[in-house]
Amino acid sequence: MDKTTTDSVVAPRRFPLREILLFLVLLAAVLGVYALMGAAYSTRMLVEAACYAILALGLTIQWGYAGQFNAGVMGFVALGGFCAMFFSVPVNEAFWGSELPGELARVLLYGIGAVLLVVGASRLDRLGVPRRLRTTIAVVLAVVLYLVVISALREVTDQIESRAGFVGGLGLPAWVGWIFGGALAGGVGYFIGRVCLGLRSDYLAIATLGIAEIIKAFLKNSDWLTRGTATVSPLPWPVPGPAEVGFTLARALYFSVTAVLIAAIFFLLHRAYHAPWGRMIRAIRDNEVSASAMGKTINRRRLEIFVLGCILMGIGGAVLGSFNSLFDPQGYLPLNHTFLVLVMVILGGPGNNLGTIFGAVAVYVIWLMSEPLALFLMELAVSFGEGAFGWDTPTNLDSRALQARVFVIGLLITLVLRFAPKGLLPEKAKHIA
Amino acid sequence: MNELVFFINNVVIAGSVTGSIYAIGAVGVTLIFSIMRFAHFAHGDMMTFGAFMVLLLTTLFPQAGAAIGVPTPLIMLPLAMVLTAALAVGLDRAFYKPLRAHGVKPIVFVIASLGVALMLQGLIRLFAGTGGQSLYVDDRKEIFRLALPIEGVRVPVVITEPQLYLFALTLVAVVGLHVFLSRSRLGKAMRAMSDNPDLAQASGINTHTIVAVTWMLAGGLAAIAGTLLSLDVTFKPDLSFFLLLPIFAAAIVGGVGHPYGAIAGGFVVGFAETLAVFNWNVLLRPFRDSLPEWLSLPGNLAFVGTEYKIVVPFFILVVILVWRPTGIFKGKVI
Repeated sequence: MDKTTTDSVVAPRRFPLREILLFLVLLAAVLGVYALMGAAYSTRMLVEAACYAILALGLTIQWGYAGQFNAGVMGFVALGGFCAMFFSVPVNEAFWGSELPGELARVLLYGIGAVLLVVGASRLDRLGVPRRLRTTIAVVLAVVLYLVVISALREVTDQIESRAGFVGGLGLPAWVGWIFGGALAGGVGYFIGRVCLGLRSDYLAIATLGIAEIIKAFLKNSDWLTRGTATVSPLPWPVPGPAEVGFTLARALYFSVTAVLIAAIFFLLHRAYHAPWGRMIRAIRDNEVSASAMGKTINRRRLEIFVLGCILMGIGGAVLGSFNSLFDPQGYLPLNHTFLVLVMVILGGPGNNLGTIFGAVAVYVIWLMSEPLALFLMELAVSFGEGAFGWDTPTNLDSRALQARVFVIGLLITLVLRFAPKGLLPEKAKHIA
Repeated sequence: MNELVFFINNVVIAGSVTGSIYAIGAVGVTLIFSIMRFAHFAHGDMMTFGAFMVLLLTTLFPQAGAAIGVPTPLIMLPLAMVLTAALAVGLDRAFYKPLRAHGVKPIVFVIASLGVALMLQGLIRLFAGTGGQSLYVDDRKEIFRLALPIEGVRVPVVITEPQLYLFALTLVAVVGLHVFLSRSRLGKAMRAMSDNPDLAQASGINTHTIVAVTWMLAGGLAAIAGTLLSLDVTFKPDLSFFLLLPIFAAAIVGGVGHPYGAIAGGFVVGFAETLAVFNWNVLLRPFRDSLPEWLSLPGNLAFVGTEYKIVVPFFILVVILVWRPTGIFKGKVI
């Protein structure tokens, strides 16, 4: 093929031995799981691994392409899951049949009006009001209006909870929810990125960690919107469900949907990575000063990358949510949905999409298999301890053994950072020879 | 007047309690930031570790405090501080020092500290279980009810024994830190290094010692904060991520790398939290009769429900990052 770009000279194409070897090992592991645990379980594992791969791709463009560390993947996953639930769950007649939707809309209108008023008050200095007075007026107005709106909202939501249970869904196909999940996550990402991306990289990590907990708290406590801890199920699938075609086939169909999604994302990202845009992103990551000297708008590009990553996380979370067929805000854990994804990315190779997908599947298989292993090891330790020292064992050992896997995840992160900072499949940097 | 006492109990006392805890935690974070230049995400777990050490020692020797007349956990606190300081130095040697030798970007330290946080969390949960436990193993939590000598006040001011110790300890810690940083050789060297590491090294300051001392200080302070928090409520192994956000917000509000700013920031965040969840309707109730007809107050005038408490530090963080990223006291790094 004719090379059209002249700025990068490709190293002689080597045989991808490492990639093939690693993927063969992974294939063997997956087949091993199939042999051990049966087809239905293993296919579920594959689908979940595929969803995690989408999340990991989202993180790899933030961390690998641009060096931004998002410590709140869980929040964006939860937003995606919420959208998948909200758009696909059947319409709740008890809510839509009453006057409550109108009430809710009225409160929302109040909210919009309040925001407009406050924004207007914050521009009062253009009319000649002294700046200090303007700030005072705007702050006082914001506090009072906030209290008014929030009280009205509390009344309406209490009504909804007592009379209709919850708002219910929109009864649309699942993929609509996936798209909106990506959009919503991207919107929140835009907000966070606007605030933090011009500042030190640590601040982004702190802010994302915070927003993740806030999103979770909101989804958990807004019973009128999400039923909170009561959970919502079942969520419809975009493919025939287990009730119609059986577990294995239904999950295999779902897996093919996710596989197509991953292939599409992978292809687009691959193109973007090699496009001038991708080169610019990497230039900014590797040397900010010189990139800005070349006239690149660093903060805009950073924001683009961050929002793009968040959109992918939202989509991944929505796909995962639909597959679980259960929306449980309490089920979103920083450990599973943030740190596991982080391990997938840094172990697989940040900035290398293939490596990220490898990391996602490999880490997820290990993670699932570590559960019985941890229990087994704990039992071994306990029986040993009882025999040798006469321990009296606490009762909640099983949960403790599972908690101890947290330790392994943490150890893995620190060890990889120290000994293999580029991951198993490093990003292939092209240098001018 | 009853309403005012209610306000004192629920805002003034509760705010100072959380404020002191956040302040001590934020000082540790800001010290690490000023010397090592990264946000230490394992700080919450270091706090938990310190509290856990106190819990272990108290369970081992439950009667130790009765001999002197103070609660056992407080006797054990210095020992726990030493242990936590040792842990902090050990963590630095094992995990952060090799990365420093490689000269990686600050954000890699952040990720490494997250890894460390998870490891600590795993260990603590493995040994302590996941439920809450009281640090008062053998002692009784004294609760003082101070009735005010004013006519018509029925509600007493309520303050508990650990809260009194908490105020005293915070004062001691702050004064001690101030003396250390402004008078001692090591403290001055620390400030020099936080201002300009290269210059400090060139003027003959042993940066390795400074790093070790910083970790010891941070570890000791983390142990104090964690223990005080656990004394006030209960020891919970899974607090860390909920503590991190307010502590970071406090450090950033005060200006990163600015120990006194961190103390101020801690109290700002602590009071903001309690003020935000306080039901203002209580204070307005006495004036209800004089209010005009059209203005009927809703029963709940709190800004956020207690379940959304975590929104408050985040809101403060966002406001400060947008409005004045260097913090109130002009911290150094953005």
